Amino acid sequence: MAIRFSFPSLIIATWFFVALVAGSLPLHPDAILLNKILVAPEFHAWLGYDDLGRSIAERLILGARTSFLVAMCVVSISFVLGTTVGVMAAWFGGWWDKVTVLVIDIFIAFPGILLAIALSGLMGPGIMNAVVALSVVGWVGFARLARAQTLTIKHREHVTAAQALGTGTMSIAMHHILPLIMAPLIIEATFAIAGTVIAEAGLSFLGLGVQAPDPSWGSMIRDGTRFMLVAPHMVLAPGMTILLVVLSINLLGDSLRDKMDVRSRA
Amino acid sequence: MLNYLGARLFTALIVVFGVMTIVFMLIHIVPGDPVEVMLGESAQVVDREALRETLGLNLPLSTQWVNYINGLLHLDLGTSLHSKRPVIDVLAERIPATSLLAGTSILIALIIALPLGVLAAVHKGSIWDRLAMTFSMLGVAIPNFWMGPLLILVFSLWLGWLPVSGNDQISSLVLPAVTLGTALAAILSRMIRASLLEVFNEDYIRAASARGLLPSTIIWKHALKNAALPVVTILGMQIGALLAGAVITETVFSWPGVGQLTIDAIQKRDYPVIQSCVLLISLTYVFINLLTDLAYAYLDPRVSLSE
Repeated sequence: MAIRFSFPSLIIATWFFVALVAGSLPLHPDAILLNKILVAPEFHAWLGYDDLGRSIAERLILGARTSFLVAMCVVSISFVLGTTVGVMAAWFGGWWDKVTVLVIDIFIAFPGILLAIALSGLMGPGIMNAVVALSVVGWVGFARLARAQTLTIKHREHVTAAQALGTGTMSIAMHHILPLIMAPLIIEATFAIAGTVIAEAGLSFLGLGVQAPDPSWGSMIRDGTRFMLVAPHMVLAPGMTILLVVLSINLLGDSLRDKMDVRSRA
Repeated sequence: MLNYLGARLFTALIVVFGVMTIVFMLIHIVPGDPVEVMLGESAQVVDREALRETLGLNLPLSTQWVNYINGLLHLDLGTSLHSKRPVIDVLAERIPATSLLAGTSILIALIIALPLGVLAAVHKGSIWDRLAMTFSMLGVAIPNFWMGPLLILVFSLWLGWLPVSGNDQISSLVLPAVTLGTALAAILSRMIRASLLEVFNEDYIRAASARGLLPSTIIWKHALKNAALPVVTILGMQIGALLAGAVITETVFSWPGVGQLTIDAIQKRDYPVIQSCVLLISLTYVFINLLTDLAYAYLDPRVSLSE
């Protein structure tokens, strides 16, 4: 499958690349330049400086690493955990399935990132706690999808044949079920990455994610809201970055859905 | 219908108990001693034991759970550690502000999404359709903690039309409600469009147009009524996103509702208040979803018959 060279894929590729090399770049996101406090974008620093005289461009780059790491960790954990639970529920059925569905229903009853806000608030702010809190919320979507998909595939001939041949449960799940339910799960993962980027920024905005002085797009917006009249660039730059990244991932998800999953095409 | 009603109510009841249990467990699954977190590490042993006893944390877990659920059933949510007042009173003060904000946001969302979704579906593939879908994509990708500051920047600071924050006058409601409303409208307009496009293929629409009815009559009387059912379900589910979004939006605009109370309580480590806020928001959401499901089953007999 050839990925077309498009605007969204360019943005996502930049995000990946910047996040991966950010650590080895000669950046000083915490360096304070007292004569540059709240200075608007200029030739040498085209995104300007924040309230402590730190370069916004450099903080955005380090923030990209934060959001990338959090998104990858949360979505990987949720993907593996949720898919395992979902496939097992559908495969074994009976009480096991009923209990899983109930647990999923209970977790879905907590709207949006409310549970993640409460959890990271109670566990104390910090990036690891944010990852845990977002994963606790994130696995549910994968579990529900994996369960529904497995139910439709469970009674197909090739699965029955494998069972008749005495293939083990683990092997059936890995070789006969997972490959067939992978497409919708990958699409779900794409949207989950976008959701996690917003959620991490949201937690950091509330002061529950990344702690100062480490940069996060969300905490940059929060810092900026206090200086909006004098330095609107402090809010505009990180917000625009989140918008571009999330929009690109969603567009990529939409085109993936069109390519891989014909049934859901509107 | 009765069977469906019974089954749906039963599930809702179990979910309510599950939600209560998770909220109860919140302070127990957190690593470390909650009392130490609340009082700080330098607190005296006597003080710690006193607080432990006040909160009932010295009792066995099962007893604590029974006490907690029993308290909830009697509308006893405990006492705020910070203001020393009953949590139920603190919550009751905040509920009207959040209800007003949520209600206005839904209204704004419908005012934007309904014409937009209809326009996009009727003129599918046209410039209107593309505009509506661009709006939808942007609305989903703009987080409300950025939308809020943007609106403040434009309408309060540059144009000076509306107040920055607070709840002193009715105009304070506009910006937070627009922030939440546009986010909801983005999803809703997409759903209305998809739902209408599906309905347009039905025989009764073709029959209606064969009878020579005006296109506007067909759209508003025949198509929209049938397309509304799935949209109402989606709306019910999106109320959750709205309520969770209210937590952040209220913080942005210092809107004195349940959401701001939640964040305040988190910062003050006021555990009983945090628990009660999360419980209130989640149970509201469960209740709204139950209502939409029952309304759907009542309006569309196929739902309850298929069970």
